[in-house]
Amino acid sequence: MRYLARRLAHAVAVLLGVSVLSFLLAEASPGSAFDELMLDPQVSPATIAALRDRYGLDRPLVEKYVHWLRSLLRGDLGYSVMHNTPVSVLLWPRARNTLFLTVTAVTLAWSLAMPLGAWAASRRGRWPDRVTAGATTTLLAVPDLLLGLTMLLVAVRTGYFPTGGMVSIGFADLGAWEKVKDVVAHFVLPVTALVLINLPVLVRHMRASMIDALQSPFMQGGRAMGVPERRLRIRYAWRVALNPMISLLGLSVAALLSASFVVETIMSWPGIGPLLLAAIVARDLHVVVAVVTCSTMLLIGGNLLADALLYWADPRVRASQRTIGAG
Amino acid sequence: MRAPFALGCLALVYLSAVFAGFVAPYDPTTQHRELAFVSPTRIHFVDDTGRLHLRPFVYAMIPASTGTAVIEDRSRPYPIRFVVRGARGRVAGVADSDWHLFGTESPTPLFLFGSDDFGRDLFSRLLFGGQISLFAGLLGAALSLALGTVIGGVAGYYGGWVDEINMRIAELFLALPWLYLLFAVRMALPLDLAPTQAFLLVLILIAVVGWARPARLVRGLVLSARARDYVAAARCLGASDAYLLRRHVLPQIIGMLLTQAALLAPQYILAEVTLSFFGLGVEEPVPSWGNMLASLQRYHVVASYWWMFLPGIVMVPVFWLYHSLADALHRRAMST
Repeated sequence: MRYLARRLAHAVAVLLGVSVLSFLLAEASPGSAFDELMLDPQVSPATIAALRDRYGLDRPLVEKYVHWLRSLLRGDLGYSVMHNTPVSVLLWPRARNTLFLTVTAVTLAWSLAMPLGAWAASRRGRWPDRVTAGATTTLLAVPDLLLGLTMLLVAVRTGYFPTGGMVSIGFADLGAWEKVKDVVAHFVLPVTALVLINLPVLVRHMRASMIDALQSPFMQGGRAMGVPERRLRIRYAWRVALNPMISLLGLSVAALLSASFVVETIMSWPGIGPLLLAAIVARDLHVVVAVVTCSTMLLIGGNLLADALLYWADPRVRASQRTIGAG
Repeated sequence: MRAPFALGCLALVYLSAVFAGFVAPYDPTTQHRELAFVSPTRIHFVDDTGRLHLRPFVYAMIPASTGTAVIEDRSRPYPIRFVVRGARGRVAGVADSDWHLFGTESPTPLFLFGSDDFGRDLFSRLLFGGQISLFAGLLGAALSLALGTVIGGVAGYYGGWVDEINMRIAELFLALPWLYLLFAVRMALPLDLAPTQAFLLVLILIAVVGWARPARLVRGLVLSARARDYVAAARCLGASDAYLLRRHVLPQIIGMLLTQAALLAPQYILAEVTLSFFGLGVEEPVPSWGNMLASLQRYHVVASYWWMFLPGIVMVPVFWLYHSLADALHRRAMST
C-alpha cells in the first residue's frame, strides 16, 4: 500500500506543477478576451477597465494563481468569458464525453491487440505473423489526422453513420432504446479511428513480450515435463507476457488522449478537444488552463491505474516494496 | 529494409520539395477560378482514332454545359514534354528559373493531382507544401534533440541538484498529453503571423514541447557511459569534462540520437500538419500539407473530391520510410 500511496503523492505533485505551467502559459499569451470590445466605439475604455477589474485581469501574477488554486480546491474552475458560464459547467460534460470515448477505445484496442499479438508471436515467422507485421507497419504510418478524415469520408459515403456530434437533433424526444442506438451510431466511427490508431503499437508490444515469455526457462521446463504447448501458452506464457504490457497502459493513454484531440475535433465529438481549440482562438484563459489540467488528470489517472494493476498482478513489485520498506 | 535505401528514398522526397520550383509545373498560388475542384487530368496514350502515341498526351479542358464539371476537348492532343520552359519561379530559394520538369502547351493546366477550390494545381502545392511540412519535421526533430541532448547531457553528467531539477521539469512535460501541451503553448504566442514567422514558431513550439523525452534518454545513456571504467581512467589521466563528453560519451549516444531523430521527425511533421489544419500554424496562401487538408473540414469537399485527401495520403509513405529508417538505425546501433 505504501507503494500506491507514494505514487499518489507523486501524481498530486505533478498535477500541481502542471497547473503552474499551464497558468504561466496562459498568462504569457498576448491579448485578452476583451480585446475585440476595444475596437467597438460604443464601448468606452472605462467599461473595459471595469470588466478587467471585475474579472481580476490586472492583479499580480502570484495573487491570481493563488486565487485560482484556492477556487480550484473548492471545485470552482473559474469563469469562461466566451461562454459566459462557469468553466466547471462547461468542462464536466465534455470531460465525461472524452472519457466515454477513450475508455471504450482503450478497452476495445486492448482486447483486440492482446490475442492478436499473442497469436502472431506463437506463429512467429509464418503467415499470421507476417500479415500482422505488415498491417501494423502500414497502420503505424497512417497519421491520426488522415484516419479521422477517412472516418468522415466513410460517414459521408455510406450514409450509415452520422458525420459528427454525439446525438441527433431530436435526441430529447427519443425513447430510451432509441437514445442508446443514436449515441452508438455517433460513437462507432470515432471509436474505430482511435482503436486503429492505438492498435499497431499495442500489437507489436504484445508480440514482443509474448515471444520473450515463450522463450523463458519456465516454458522450456514445462515443455520438458510434457505439458501441452497450447495449455502452456494459455495458462502460463500469456500471464507473464501481460506484465510488461501493464506499464504500457499509461503510455497508451497518453497517445490516445492526443489522438482523441484530433479525432474529436474532426468528428465534432463534444469532448475536451474541440473545447480547447475554441478557447485558444478566443483567448479564453480559464478554459484553456482547465482543459490542460483536466487532460493531465486523465493521463495521471491512467498511470495510477497502471501502477495499481501492476502492484496487483506482479508479485515482484510487492516484494521489492516490502524490502525497501524494511530497509 | 536497409538504412541506406530508406535514407535514399527520403532524400529524394526532400530534394523534390527543395527543388519544387523546378519539379512542380506551376506556381503554388496561381489561381484558375473557372477550374475549381477539377479531378486529376487524364493522361492518354491512345487517341480517338485508336492510334497509340509513345509520348503521353493530355486534352485541354472546357467547361461542361451543366454544373461545374469540365470535359475534355478531344479535338487536339497536347503531348507532355519534359524539361520545358514555363512560368518563372524561384528554385531552392536561390535562383530564378523558368525551367520545369514537365509541361504541356495545352491552354489549360495539367493538373496531375487535380485542383483545389481556387483552381490551384494540387501537385505543385503539394511539393511547395512539403517545404514547410517536411522541414518542420526534420528541423523540429533536430532542434528538440539538440535541446534534449544539452539538458539531458548536463543533467546526467553533473548529477546532483542539476539533475534533480531538470528531470523534475522533464517529468512535468511528459505528464501532459503532448498535443494538448502543443496547443496550450501555442496559445502563449500571437495568433496572426506571417508564414515565415509561423514556420519558425512551429519549430520553437516543437522544440519546447519535445525536449523532455530525448533529455531523459540522453541522461540515462550519459549516466551509464560515465560509469564505464575507461571514462574513469581518462578522468584520472586528467581529461577535461569537455574532452570526456566529446570523445567518450557522445559516440555512445550518437546511434540512439539518430534513431530518435527518425522516430521524432514524422511525429513533428504531423505536429505542423495538425497545427496548420486547425488554422494555428502556417496560413494560406502559402501551402502546407496541414492547411491544404483544412478544406476537408467542409462537407461537400469530403463528399465529392477524393484528390483533396492527397496531402494526407502522401504522408503515409513518408512516415513509413522514416519508421523503416528508425528500425534499421536501431538494429545497427544494437549490433555495434
